[in-house]
Amino acid sequence: MNSRIYPLLGFALLVVLLVVGLQIADRKTNLPSPLIDKPVPAFDLPVLASQSQNMSKESLLGKPYLVNFWGSWCVTCRAEHPVVTELAKLNAVYIVGMNFRDEPEDAIAWLKRWGNPYDVSLIDFDGRVSIDFGVYAAPETFLVDPSGTIVFKHLGQLTWDVVETEILPRLASMESGS
Amino acid sequence: MKPSKIFIVILTLTLSVSVLAQRSPVQEPMVFESQQQEDRFNQLTQELRCLVCQNQNLADSDAQLAHDLRAEVHEMLMAGNSDDEIKLFMVERYGDFVLYRPPVQQNTYLLWLAPLGLLLIGAFILRVNIKKRAALLDSNPSEEQ
Repeated sequence: MNSRIYPLLGFALLVVLLVVGLQIADRKTNLPSPLIDKPVPAFDLPVLASQSQNMSKESLLGKPYLVNFWGSWCVTCRAEHPVVTELAKLNAVYIVGMNFRDEPEDAIAWLKRWGNPYDVSLIDFDGRVSIDFGVYAAPETFLVDPSGTIVFKHLGQLTWDVVETEILPRLASMESGS
Repeated sequence: MKPSKIFIVILTLTLSVSVLAQRSPVQEPMVFESQQQEDRFNQLTQELRCLVCQNQNLADSDAQLAHDLRAEVHEMLMAGNSDDEIKLFMVERYGDFVLYRPPVQQNTYLLWLAPLGLLLIGAFILRVNIKKRAALLDSNPSEEQ
């Protein structure tokens, strides 16, 4: 074989590596959370609707629930709002809104304006709890099972497709399991 | 002054202005008890990735999350946590991706060992080539002149 072919082969190999690398880089936009199958991080936060009252992770044990991180400053939260509203109408799961890095008055105004799909909203004013949840974009949504374990996380805008293919089936299997 | 010299002076001035105009890495005033602590803080925030702007580290990023995580690193440092404890705190929440320097573990063996493998392959090719040439010279000593 002509020895001139070797550099060409080397080049071809680099091209293959580049394509593979770019595809992996594409997936990086939705990183798997290390929190899947781990217990929910502890929280004990004031309730938005009555701020003298607190709600903790312990008080939510025993039923599956959805934790949806949102803020009135978050444009994508507004975009996913109809999907959360649709899901709330199904009454399939208790939905906790985590209002993070937000002014409570703005949050209340936001809910009044667009409608409140949340069974309860909690105030994570300084974003400490959002750090414990590993939230780095908004919105982010976590599904928690009755034992308090995170079983699914969705990063970014929730779509009805995700609700149907990821959230509802998991809820159904929790139901049949218990 | 010769025109060429004037040109150089102007060029130097414009270039230095553009350097000055660059934003310096944002740092909120942070208080440390010792120089060593400050060095560790700088080291850590350079090794941790800002998840929002994935190609920047915590030290360089101006994103809200980077602010908060810098504050978190600072607080943990002041509370006496070790570098490893702080990194573990980040990895538990954001995954290995938060580390710019990947740890040596099962799914990164290929990454860490590949350079060694490539070096061995290179050494092998070199050896084959040297042998080939040596054989050529042996069979054909007149070529040396």
